[in-house]
Amino acid sequence: MVLLGKWVKTVLWWLPMVLPAGLFVYFLSLGTATQSLSYDWLPQLGVRLSLHLDGLSRLFVLLITGIGALVFAYTSSYLKGHAYLDRFYGYLSLFMGAMIGLVLSENLISLFVFWELTSISSFFLIGFNNDQSASRKSALTALIITGMGGLSLLAAGILLGYVGDTYSIIELTQSADYLRAHPQYSLAVLLIFGAAFTKSAQFPFHFWLPGAMKAPTPVSTYLHSATMVKAGVYLLLRFTPVLGGTELWQSSLLWVGGITMLYAAFHSIFRTDMKAILAYSTIAALGVLVFLIGMGSNSALQAAGVFILVHALYKATLFLITGIVDHETHSRNVLQLAGLRKVLLPVAIAGLLAAVSNAGIPPSFGFIGKDLMYEAALHHGAGAWVLLGALILTNVLLLYAGFLVGIKPFIGPLPEKHAHLHWPSAWMWVPPVLLGVLSLGFGLWPVAASRLSEVFLPALGLQPPPALKLWHGFNLILGLSAATIGSGLLLWFLLKPGEKGLARLQKLAWLSPERLLGGFARGVGMFSVVWTNLFQHGYLRYYVMTIVLVLSAGMGYRMFNNYTWQTSFTPLLNLTVYEVSIVAIMLISIGFAVFSKSRLAAVAGLGVVGYAICLLFVFYSAPDLAMTQFTVDTLTVILFVLVLYRLPKYMQISNKLTIARDGLVALTFGGLVTLLALLVLEQPVQRDVADFYAANAYLLAKGKNVVNVILVDFRGLDTLVEITVLSIAALGVFGLLKLRLKTTERRG
Amino acid sequence: MKSIILRTASNYLLPLLLLFSVFVLLRGHYLPGGGFIGGLVASIAFVLHAFAHGLRKAQRYFPIHPGFLMPIGLTLSLLSGFLPILIGDQAFLTGLWMADPLPVIGMVGTALFFDLGVYIVVVGVTLTIIFTISETA
Amino acid sequence: MEILLAIMIGVLYAAGIYMMFRRSLVKLIIGIILLGNGANLLIFLLGRLVKGKPPIIAEGSKYLSEAYADPVPQALILTAIVISFGLQAFAIVLIKRTYKVVKTEDLDQINTFDEFE
Repeated sequence: MVLLGKWVKTVLWWLPMVLPAGLFVYFLSLGTATQSLSYDWLPQLGVRLSLHLDGLSRLFVLLITGIGALVFAYTSSYLKGHAYLDRFYGYLSLFMGAMIGLVLSENLISLFVFWELTSISSFFLIGFNNDQSASRKSALTALIITGMGGLSLLAAGILLGYVGDTYSIIELTQSADYLRAHPQYSLAVLLIFGAAFTKSAQFPFHFWLPGAMKAPTPVSTYLHSATMVKAGVYLLLRFTPVLGGTELWQSSLLWVGGITMLYAAFHSIFRTDMKAILAYSTIAALGVLVFLIGMGSNSALQAAGVFILVHALYKATLFLITGIVDHETHSRNVLQLAGLRKVLLPVAIAGLLAAVSNAGIPPSFGFIGKDLMYEAALHHGAGAWVLLGALILTNVLLLYAGFLVGIKPFIGPLPEKHAHLHWPSAWMWVPPVLLGVLSLGFGLWPVAASRLSEVFLPALGLQPPPALKLWHGFNLILGLSAATIGSGLLLWFLLKPGEKGLARLQKLAWLSPERLLGGFARGVGMFSVVWTNLFQHGYLRYYVMTIVLVLSAGMGYRMFNNYTWQTSFTPLLNLTVYEVSIVAIMLISIGFAVFSKSRLAAVAGLGVVGYAICLLFVFYSAPDLAMTQFTVDTLTVILFVLVLYRLPKYMQISNKLTIARDGLVALTFGGLVTLLALLVLEQPVQRDVADFYAANAYLLAKGKNVVNVILVDFRGLDTLVEITVLSIAALGVFGLLKLRLKTTERRG
Repeated sequence: MKSIILRTASNYLLPLLLLFSVFVLLRGHYLPGGGFIGGLVASIAFVLHAFAHGLRKAQRYFPIHPGFLMPIGLTLSLLSGFLPILIGDQAFLTGLWMADPLPVIGMVGTALFFDLGVYIVVVGVTLTIIFTISETA
Repeated sequence: MEILLAIMIGVLYAAGIYMMFRRSLVKLIIGIILLGNGANLLIFLLGRLVKGKPPIIAEGSKYLSEAYADPVPQALILTAIVISFGLQAFAIVLIKRTYKVVKTEDLDQINTFDEFE
């Protein structure tokens, strides 16, 4: 695999593009029939990996693989010699696979899985230049926003699966009426909206998309023209037959789509960075799509389907030429770029074709798209003129934005410093030209696109539409189109691009959702700093103290609140002399261990405590324990002496107050433990386990020392693990002392 | 530490304590004792010897580093656990016993080998720790 | 005796925890050892004290007679003692090593040392 990565960077640079191109040809060869493929994945949960290829999926799959192939080809030259080119292809292929899975999934859960995969792989793609903090930040923003949408989609999927008793989208479509009448319907719709709006950058979740422009241009091309952001639109289209048709569904989409398209189109004309213009015009186009789905009529959905294709073609072209311009001149500022047609002729042609299609000037494919849009709005009934007005305004602004990117850099006088530029490699300029020509070709021969659009509406459960036509005769719609183009051109000649408009817009930036999210994130960050500093202060003894105090509080509460004391201690009070003397010895030696100022005395005290415990074991019928305690205690003392010998004297650091506080906490806990012991002693003793061992030690294990039998036979596995742990401890000691100090440590 | 009395005494103490540790190990199944205690007693014997004669002398009794006793003991215990699976098709760590007791050693079974493994591991662990610390002290 | 032992255990716990609150590494480990001893004794006490009846089956008998010390806590404690020996050895060596590197046994100074790395 590593070798393959190396080869991809050098000799096999053409290999990655074989995959999308092959898939494109494969999906093209499948024809227009609906096909299904299904595997059981988690049958207990009704989760299947079922792939379903219908008219809707086909449109998307062809876009994903077709534009994918061109982007792969373009990348081979754009990122030539990049150190992580192999990684880039990996991410890109992962993303493509996830997108294909997303549009083919027929099961809600697998749909969610692929949805999340696209979020994650786009995170890596957007943050590909991970040495730049802006890039990392944008990637994270995109991941957070789309990740939230993913959660929303999961919730929607589970809810729909629960209500409709199936995760299959086709089966849900069949029970659509039941779903629409269900009390949980609104919640399901809102959750689906949450997923779609975040992914498709609808207001107020749009701000991750301009940030995502930090990605290398091939990524922007792929994510924003054909794939990632269209996933939300795809989701809405896919769920239109399931959840659509209600007032909630239609009017929310109209409002959100309308606001988004106007807001973003307005923003796009004030930008000067080519990629920023494209980012906002992409958001506007997505708004148009959501708006069209919101209209919901047959012709509106037809217009949406056609516009997806139109937009993918011209927007990919514009992104690709932006990449070339950036690559050659190292600038994307439309104010500085001019006259490039003289040195980059094919790029200029591609830009022109895309701008024309974007503007909807006949005979481009964009013209057909705009025709359908206006027709749908005209026949909407109530409020038709408002919808139409919004669409026309958006289109006028988008025309301006498209001209800024597609035409502005190529006209006018060529600056001196760009005179020496040469044509880029054919791998870079052929893809945009090809897409530009397609934009024109689909317009001249709409039959080619009709094959796709014929099956598109039936996939949504609607009648197949009339075939696409370029020329409908002189009618109102043609007049509206002409008015749009005319006003757009007027705007183009009146409004000169500049920095002033942007500066004016920036003044309102504090109100934008992006800033609000940023502020929220900073607030959470500050809170967690305070919180962490409060509890993770790094002082071991305060950690211990926290644990002890919480334990004391819990134990104390339980003991004094829920327990009635039955004090009858007298039968327990029959002491012998040696018992008392052992306890006295222990108390004294504990005192030594704790309060002695000499460490050797403390260790001696510790040793005496151990031997006293050993004596206790002898008195109370535990000879094995006594022997073990004796030997271990001896060894511990030896160890301590060996090590302490070389350590410095104790320090006197604690003041009296600390000592009093620590003593109080410690004594409280000790007292509670004593009480606990006494309480347990009052309870009747449970000896079932002991009786089992007592009865069976000899019969089953042929041993008479029951303790030993438990250790080596009944609980032999525990002992096996125990000696393993011991060995690990010994290895740790050996490693700590014998392995050489690292240089940093030696300096310290 | 290197008094003549201790040196002379430890010359006799080492074999005696080792013998005692084996005795403790073998009788562990019937009377107080067993692998843990036996191993600890044996370790103390060597530690005492090291105190009396110096570390090098004590280490000379080991042709290999005592650390290697740990894997040997672990393997022995593990094998004695696997034996019932291999022979009798019984569960892991099931006790298997020979029909008649051997002289001196007594009843021989998988539990005895298991305990022997524990004994070896404990000696290995303790001596590794003590020797390592004394060497670098 | 049980009451006396229960108090004894409380003292062991208190002493252990008090030592763990100190800033010295050596005291911390002494505290852990005291606490371990307290825990062992607590388990032993809660298995009930029985005098002179170790859980060993008498010669000629096949099972234990009625009043015998509970072997289960004893097996538990035996394991605990041996394991805590491993823990103590490791902790003691850790002190030694820490002292060698940072030249202090003050836990607070080790803390600040951490930040300068």
